Amino acid sequence: MYVADSRGTPPASAAPARIRSGRRAAVAPTVLALGSVSLVTDISSEMVTAVLPLYLVTGLGLSPLGFGLLDGVYNGFSALVRLVGGHLADRGGRYKAVAVFGYGLSALCKPLLLLVGSLPLIGAVLAADRTGKGLRTAPRDAMISLACEPATRGRAFGVHRAMDTAGALLGPLAAFLILRFAVDGYDAVFTVSFCVAIVGVLVLVLFVPGRTLGARGGGTAKATASGAGALASPTPAPPAPADAVSLRAALRLLRRRDVRRLTVCALLLGLATVSDSFVYLLLQHRLGVSDRWFALLPLGTAAAFLLLAVPLGRLADRIGRWQVFLGGHLALLAAYGVILSSWHSVALPYVVLALHGCFYAATDGVLMAAAFALRPATIAPQAAGGDAR
Amino acid sequence: MTGAEAGAGAPAVRGKVLILVAAVVVLSLVAGAAVLHAGHRAAVKDRTQAGGPPVAAGPVTLGPAAAGRVVFRNMAYGPHRDELSSVPAATPGGKRTASGMRCLRFYAAGGTGICLQAVHGPLSDSYRAVVLDSALRERARYPLPGIPTRARVSPSGHLLAWTVFVGGDSYAGSDFSTRTGILDTRTGALDASLESYRAVRDGQPVHASDINYWGVTFADDRHFYATMGTGGRTYLVRGDIAARTVTTVRTNVECPSLSPDGTRIAFKKRVPGLPADAPWRLYVLDLRTGRERALAEPRSVDDQVVWPDDHTVVYAMPSDYGSDLYTLPADGTGAPRRLMTAALAPAYLR
Repeated sequence: MYVADSRGTPPASAAPARIRSGRRAAVAPTVLALGSVSLVTDISSEMVTAVLPLYLVTGLGLSPLGFGLLDGVYNGFSALVRLVGGHLADRGGRYKAVAVFGYGLSALCKPLLLLVGSLPLIGAVLAADRTGKGLRTAPRDAMISLACEPATRGRAFGVHRAMDTAGALLGPLAAFLILRFAVDGYDAVFTVSFCVAIVGVLVLVLFVPGRTLGARGGGTAKATASGAGALASPTPAPPAPADAVSLRAALRLLRRRDVRRLTVCALLLGLATVSDSFVYLLLQHRLGVSDRWFALLPLGTAAAFLLLAVPLGRLADRIGRWQVFLGGHLALLAAYGVILSSWHSVALPYVVLALHGCFYAATDGVLMAAAFALRPATIAPQAAGGDAR
Repeated sequence: MTGAEAGAGAPAVRGKVLILVAAVVVLSLVAGAAVLHAGHRAAVKDRTQAGGPPVAAGPVTLGPAAAGRVVFRNMAYGPHRDELSSVPAATPGGKRTASGMRCLRFYAAGGTGICLQAVHGPLSDSYRAVVLDSALRERARYPLPGIPTRARVSPSGHLLAWTVFVGGDSYAGSDFSTRTGILDTRTGALDASLESYRAVRDGQPVHASDINYWGVTFADDRHFYATMGTGGRTYLVRGDIAARTVTTVRTNVECPSLSPDGTRIAFKKRVPGLPADAPWRLYVLDLRTGRERALAEPRSVDDQVVWPDDHTVVYAMPSDYGSDLYTLPADGTGAPRRLMTAALAPAYLR
């Protein structure tokens, strides 16, 4: 399931720039292409995620206990990888190359799962898979941002996140349909997952333009050439050599008062955000949700996220991203309030999950859209934080 | 790597679409072949294999009349695969009587059985624990929060315990935890998770969010032993159901199994220097002296052993059929001997 656990640079009160006259697709083709890549990749990765525990216990007869010890360590590493991905992509604007590497690495991990039969090796493959995911997140978000008008960025991210979440919902379904047809057919699940992942990489290679213009001004970025129609624009965009970005330049960002102030704000808000499982556990305790239904709670969040991503993205474009971002946290607060209140109703779980999904829809893509408004001319936000896949 | 040029013309787009369509066709064929192959392989398991143990449908009971028999999950290919089956303990290679009741994990004592089974739903599998009377009739059922891995019944048949794996659901997640539940069949009182018990280590209460319990073995209707994992270490704990406490006894003990006379515990121990994917060896701990002794099994064992009597242990090892049962003296002598092929989760009826 979808868990956004890291937060990037918070938005400034991004006053939407005036939209240039000219051709404006509702959503740039590049965004749709990247959304398709995410959708397909998510189907692939969620297929594996859904059957992995079953595969370990019944397929391999292993005890996955103690396996989780890797997790905490790896999450820290994951954040680092994300920074590296952002940095690599920023240097010379190689967003697509880094993204292709990240998606490709994750794709190649799927058949490897067929070959390894022990926990440490499976752990290593999963680590590689996550490394690929960490590397591609920032450059992909940078490409989305560069592919659309600044004033429609929120909606573009909303569309992308909605497609992404749709994939996350379809993946487990596909996996269990295969297992229904072929009992213990874990190898079939991994093979199909691999084929699906390759389709995702192909869509990325074929339909997402490389070498987007990296150098853009802050809040008033003009749309890139690629954004004006990756598939149909008759004139190829000249690749603009972006200045090499040094780590020091990235750190210098933190010396800017607005960036620093907002980073602190986001950190504080991030601290207030308890992990997803906590929300579900609270709900379970509050309602006595049976364990069978417990597994479905994250689906409720995902569904709400899916439905709200685009409308809230558009809202952010219209009234300001910072406001929507804050509103998302208020929604989360409201969700906690509802759980902890004495309100009794059959609607309670639906309300809580809708608010929880609203929190994601109002923060995840919106944060990315806003973060790009803050960067200096030569830098795309490194390691942009959203954890969408 | 940066293949696509921004804003390529329409002919180029058509070429790209063709490439994508061709790739999707090829990949669909590969994916379809993989699914069909797996389906065929699954079908093979429904056909009886030559040379496999003989199995026939018949009545299986857990009561005193069945004393001296062993009831287990039959894993031989054929129509009775995964069904609870029974053979005389004296002739484990003999003809198996299959009950029709399918279980992933099973145990029985005192005329009560516990069967952890999968429930095939429309979208995914769920799991449940089914309490069985001595005629294998269902007395009660409880939904389980994860994949079954261990099951035990107290000698009297009054108390049941099970352990399930609850998988992480994050992307490429590996954060597994266990839930161990204890059920009193007399009152229907269910402790869904031992994590609600007070844990005491060296006289101090333990407060850790990463506590996991697994592998309960009952001493009587009040006391049990189990494994507690926290902070990367495992402990043998002694539990008191009335006081709702667990107290650590020693470290590095997993899946304890109490001997019928209650004096010794067989368990799997992580031995330093072994490969990470096969870290365990079987040991027996004498509760009176506190001394532990390695058993003569050179392979890594991942099972909660059972005691057919006070001098022998039986445990499962992975095999062609999924699992075979092996037996070994409990005093460290001898060598492992294969007891049954295609069998798992045995319960010796007394």
